[in-house]
Amino acid sequence: MAFSDIMTAPIEEEAIAAAVAEAHAAGEPLLVQGNGTKTAMLRLVQAARNLSTRNHRGITLYSPNELVIRARAGTPLIEIEAAVAERGQHLIAEPPDYSALFAATAPQTLGGVVAANLSGPRRITWGAMRDHVLGVRAVNGTGEIIRSGGRVLKNVTGLDLCKLLSGSHGTLAVITEVTLKVLPAPEAVGTVAVHTPDANAGIAALATALGSPYGVSAAAWLPSDAASRLGFTHAVALARIEDFTPSVAYRTAKLRDEMTAFGPGDILDDAASRKLWRAVRDAVPLGATAEQAIWRLSVRPSAGAAVARALREAFDASLFLDWGGGLVWVAGPAEAGAHAAVEAAARAAGGTWMLVRAPEPLRAAVAVIPPEPPVLAAISRRVKTAFDPRGILNPGRLYAGL
Amino acid sequence: MLRLPDPKPEVLARREAIVAGLRALLPDEAVIAEPLRLRPYETDGLTAYRQPPLAVVLPSSTEQVAAVLRLCHTEGVRVVPRGAGTSLSGGALPLADAVVLGLMRMNRILEIDYADRFAVVQAGVTNLGITQAVAEHGFFYAPDPSSQLACMIGGNVAMNSGGAHCLKYGVTANNLLGLTIVTTEGEVLRIGGTHLDAAGYDWLGLLTGSEGQLAVVTEVTVRILRAPEGARAMLAAFRSNEVAGACVDAIISSGIIPVALEFMDRPAIHACEAFAHAGYPLDAEAMLIIEVEGSMVEQDALLDRLRTICEKHDPISLKVSQTPEESLAIWKGRKGAFGAIGRISPDYLCMDGVIPTSRLPDVLRRIGEMSNSYDLQVANIFHAGDGNLHPLIMFDANDPESFAKAEAFGADVLKLCVEVGGCLTGEHGVGVEKRDLMPTQFTAAELEQQRRIKSAFDPDWLLNPHKVFPLAA
Repeated sequence: MAFSDIMTAPIEEEAIAAAVAEAHAAGEPLLVQGNGTKTAMLRLVQAARNLSTRNHRGITLYSPNELVIRARAGTPLIEIEAAVAERGQHLIAEPPDYSALFAATAPQTLGGVVAANLSGPRRITWGAMRDHVLGVRAVNGTGEIIRSGGRVLKNVTGLDLCKLLSGSHGTLAVITEVTLKVLPAPEAVGTVAVHTPDANAGIAALATALGSPYGVSAAAWLPSDAASRLGFTHAVALARIEDFTPSVAYRTAKLRDEMTAFGPGDILDDAASRKLWRAVRDAVPLGATAEQAIWRLSVRPSAGAAVARALREAFDASLFLDWGGGLVWVAGPAEAGAHAAVEAAARAAGGTWMLVRAPEPLRAAVAVIPPEPPVLAAISRRVKTAFDPRGILNPGRLYAGL
Repeated sequence: MLRLPDPKPEVLARREAIVAGLRALLPDEAVIAEPLRLRPYETDGLTAYRQPPLAVVLPSSTEQVAAVLRLCHTEGVRVVPRGAGTSLSGGALPLADAVVLGLMRMNRILEIDYADRFAVVQAGVTNLGITQAVAEHGFFYAPDPSSQLACMIGGNVAMNSGGAHCLKYGVTANNLLGLTIVTTEGEVLRIGGTHLDAAGYDWLGLLTGSEGQLAVVTEVTVRILRAPEGARAMLAAFRSNEVAGACVDAIISSGIIPVALEFMDRPAIHACEAFAHAGYPLDAEAMLIIEVEGSMVEQDALLDRLRTICEKHDPISLKVSQTPEESLAIWKGRKGAFGAIGRISPDYLCMDGVIPTSRLPDVLRRIGEMSNSYDLQVANIFHAGDGNLHPLIMFDANDPESFAKAEAFGADVLKLCVEVGGCLTGEHGVGVEKRDLMPTQFTAAELEQQRRIKSAFDPDWLLNPHKVFPLAA
């Protein structure tokens, strides 16, 4: 059985806890999710029951002057984005929306984005989703409600379960509520776009931008095919400035001067910049077809060019680079051979990979993320047991047998 | 006074053999067991607590750390990791049956990469040492705890240290890429690397701020940032804490996030001025130091907007620095705050609670009331942008009653922080100091969950076992 056919989607946290406690008592695995928009990621969960947080929703605290917002896990992310936008603020990690990649129709939830620790282009400078999770409430695998962190901006009281649960894909606990730090949204956005001949020049241009004193908030390189999907005629290195209007004008001009050593440069205005980075955020330049598998590789930025070259030599790869070259998006044939090439390229660069999307047989057959060395894998198993002693929460989502 | 766990008699009985075992692993001068030479290691920044350890080892490589941990694991010996010993929460306080694992000899910078913007350093490199190593290329390491001249990056990782500039740049956890750790069994593990997103569980995030409970950090890969074109500070003085608090709110809601936003109350202003002669206004009840970054033109624009906001709050005085030297003068008093308080009262407890910033005036009023009822002076220094409060409670260490009162006062302040929606510690860590207050913030189930994670890394509870978690009954 691929998907669970018994769905529980309680409104109240107590009912979520009760559902987990019941599954724990029965030793029955649960597929834990929000709206299930990311079910196509990573490994498939084999579970008879499905526990969703989608009905446990609503913003429970928003204090703009204190830079915090708190909401129940099932709250659609777009509701949170709209609420903070109304007060001139934004979510710092610029979480992406991959519903086009996953052919998802329902809106992704706050809990889902945090459980997957998904971050957008701003991650290179302002940190990942997990960096701005100030507090969580969650239900562990025995049905106990546990909290970590809180609603204040600095907190080192006890072990940081906010970070551990972010990116744990519902395998340790069911996140029921999240408090995020937010910041004022920039008054203006500008982008320097430099036409660079190849990935090496592109990444060098981005390193110059990121090593400049101008506070670049995103840095991506698109080869010509990816660039053409966003209306450029050549491969292009892109560096973003977000600030007050006069600062954006000043900084983009200075930045273009520094980046023109790598190719001729243009400055994109506010509207064009916002549209462009939204597309980069959501992996639009990849242009993946429905049949293709999609991977993300995280490597040191300067290794991005070599990774791109290796992938292109190995298979018919469509790709682009974000995070200064350190995030390699690639689409290619959904075959074990292509996956092996991705693994090899990531290992050679000392980085990691994630199989973001693929048909079920491939997801079951390969390591969707790098296996941990034995000592660390043993710690993972013990930590999993510390939260979920009977292994009922999203078993097998990250690693076979965990 | 907090209770420490009883020493294991079987370990004390084997003291000679254990020391001999350590000497077999390390060069002679790297093992200290003579009582007089153990004295410097008996306490840290929380000097009210003192306990000489069984021995001190000073390894100079990850392999030596692993060898020591393997031996201690086999022998069932507790281990207390130590950096510079600057912890204000007793994070490096030894136990009588413990080996102190001092990392200060691991003080080499291993790699600096400006293109990929990271540095790999050993755990005993000082916080400021990292910035000094990259400053000539215009880079810096962002977290800047007050002790940055002395404190070491390994300790910063253990405590998830912050500083005055974390409103913009984040704390230690937000500025790391990778760690080399050694487990309690002596296994060496690399966590993260030089890339941004690790796969699997966020061990880097969990280990940061884990106060030496889970593993020993020997190498750290930090992100380094290019410094902005320039920075300048302004000083604004107000008639009351309430007005200064309202001004902080107005600044944040204006859309400006200053790189630093520091708050000092009247006793802190007076102490710092007497010490540093920074030109602080002595007739003010509260004072803000506000710093912005950018080109000179950008700084001018931001400082103009901030001045306009401050002017709406009936300031006693406003001083916008025109040069980096004037900015340094404004910062001089704040940076010397601990020394300044030390001149008034040789002994003080530096608290570290965090509150929602909107509760600032109310919390300061109640701390004032506590100061009266305990009859102990307090000065408040506050990272206003992020709600991290540092009340400095002054007492007389020669008077046990005075110290007991100071501890009770501090505990009341921290309970108040939790009561108004905040937390016990923002950047100093729980250590021994706040260990027994943990149940005010966490339920029994929550503490048990954390203990089980500790056990997953350290099944025998050999690593810093007397910190963070209230002792089992």
